[in-house]
Amino acid sequence: MDSTTNMKDGAAGASEPDQRATSWALWRRQTLAIMRLEIKKNFFSRRALLLYPIAGLPIFMLSMLALFPPDTDEMENFGMLGQVFAAIYGGLILRTLVFFGCAWVFMNLFRGEVVDRSLHYYFLSPVRREVLLVGKYLSGLIATTVLFGITTVASMLILYFGIHPSESSQYFFGGAGASQLLSYLGVTTLACIGYGAVFLIVGLFFRNPIIPGLLLYGWEWINFLLPPGLKKISVIHYLQSLVPVPMSEGPFAVLAEPTPAWIAVPSLILFTAAVFFFASMHIRRMEISYAGD
Amino acid sequence: MTPVETSSTQVATPLTETVASSASDKMIVFEGVSKFYGDILGVNRVNLQIAPGITSLVGPNGSGKTTLMNLMTGLLKPTRGTVSVLGMSPNDPEAMFQKLGYCSQFDSFPRGATAREFIGFYLRVHGYTARESDEMTHQALERVSMLEAADRKISGYSKGMRQRVRLAQSIAHNPSVLVLDEPLNGLDPMARAEIIRLFRQLADAGMYLIISSHILHEVDMMSDSVVLLHNGYIVAEGEVHGVRDEIEEHPIQILIRCDRPQALASRLFDNDYVAEARIHDDRHGLFVKTRRPDDFYLLLNKLITEQNLQVESIAPVDDDLNAVYQYLITSDGGHS
Repeated sequence: MDSTTNMKDGAAGASEPDQRATSWALWRRQTLAIMRLEIKKNFFSRRALLLYPIAGLPIFMLSMLALFPPDTDEMENFGMLGQVFAAIYGGLILRTLVFFGCAWVFMNLFRGEVVDRSLHYYFLSPVRREVLLVGKYLSGLIATTVLFGITTVASMLILYFGIHPSESSQYFFGGAGASQLLSYLGVTTLACIGYGAVFLIVGLFFRNPIIPGLLLYGWEWINFLLPPGLKKISVIHYLQSLVPVPMSEGPFAVLAEPTPAWIAVPSLILFTAAVFFFASMHIRRMEISYAGD
Repeated sequence: MTPVETSSTQVATPLTETVASSASDKMIVFEGVSKFYGDILGVNRVNLQIAPGITSLVGPNGSGKTTLMNLMTGLLKPTRGTVSVLGMSPNDPEAMFQKLGYCSQFDSFPRGATAREFIGFYLRVHGYTARESDEMTHQALERVSMLEAADRKISGYSKGMRQRVRLAQSIAHNPSVLVLDEPLNGLDPMARAEIIRLFRQLADAGMYLIISSHILHEVDMMSDSVVLLHNGYIVAEGEVHGVRDEIEEHPIQILIRCDRPQALASRLFDNDYVAEARIHDDRHGLFVKTRRPDDFYLLLNKLITEQNLQVESIAPVDDDLNAVYQYLITSDGGHS
């Protein structure tokens, strides 16, 4: 053991980071450091293994559909493919897979660390807890956006090119296909932002977040039955307003005017900001007691 | 005066308003700190000032050692009272954790990480550049003799190696205050000696080391001062020998190894010097508690001659912190 090293003089003579950097520069550096590890965890940890089947499910299903296309009008008529994808996107990808994928990733940002008994390493670092919150949230956002972005793009391309390759080439390279694809990608990103914020706070406030997660799932699913005022207290309402091809919600749906994009997008961002405010207040007071977790 | 009265009135001096802020900026200060987990008491009415050097928190499981450490580091918030570390509040992690390192008991590491990656990563979170982190990581690993294994995955380490990695992580940023929860757990005797030597060097360099331990022999050996905890209360606090000296009423226990302990016991009971006498389980020795050891030894010499006893050895058995602690925790009213 090196007995000669003096604690205060040693360690490369590095000064304390906050003395050399402005707060913003330090926070940015700390956020990036947190993101580096968290992104790695979100993609490659044991917990992340569940994400890949979730994200891959529609790709697999649509590949099967492309290989063995059913004999239906919707499939044979290129003009109907937009409706088919809207139903798959709205019903399966957005409402279920992105929802549960975000639930898994964002609830585990803090809850998972408590279960693993590793959150104290962050709490014992000279990092503002708000910086930790931002770093973790952004890492979750990157992971879910990348995964479900790939799911969205791959699903749409497989459906179109797998069934009608020649019309699809024209549609995507010379028609409205590319802009629709980008719109769906944008909605997926906004879904990750919105659901990410919801599940970040659920993971912070609830020791067992499964029940609140399922309640939220139910609430998002019955959104089409809710009166217009209540519809707005959900994430799916704003996302549904932004999809390029609206999904048919059936004969029992309570109709409401879709929220224009210039309101829907800022609303989701404002909602996320509000969640951050409450999460910041909570995390500043948060204690670590691993007993019972 | 009972030992408990001593601890509460003389050793664990309550803080007053007159404590100058400049003085408290150089100390770790607990002022009227209580922590309850619902109805369960963690620690209660803790008033404590910790100076540089090695301070050991001693007590059985559930006595409040870890709670006190977690309060000091902001992992727990006090129900009542305030904690300050060199004038900084645990609510200000940005400032405090530049100066404080905490080696907790939690044996968890990022999956698949090597010791070098683990320590380097948290230095980056501190805000150090990659180059600085690398150098500081190297020095920290060198201090705990872990350089050779630094690039192996932590999951393959022994318990002692994992303990040393946690220690390296807690000292890597060169803190002034080091809090160590049972840091010698899992270490072999040689590693213990090395780590204790490291602690001593750090303390001699002016650091504050707050160490919790069950191993009283080691606490006795390395500590400048001790805080004795029981059921969430401080029962005594001060220098190791000071605590002993101030417990004037503490009877000394002596073990006499001889051929006829029963005969010796029957004669000793006739005398006022002896507070208690108990035959050893193996029937070849006698434990005697006395408050007047000098007079007792004179009496013992006389009885040995009179009874023609074959004496193998006479030795005090409580001349360590363990005996003081055992005495304190079995006394009534130990709560200051």
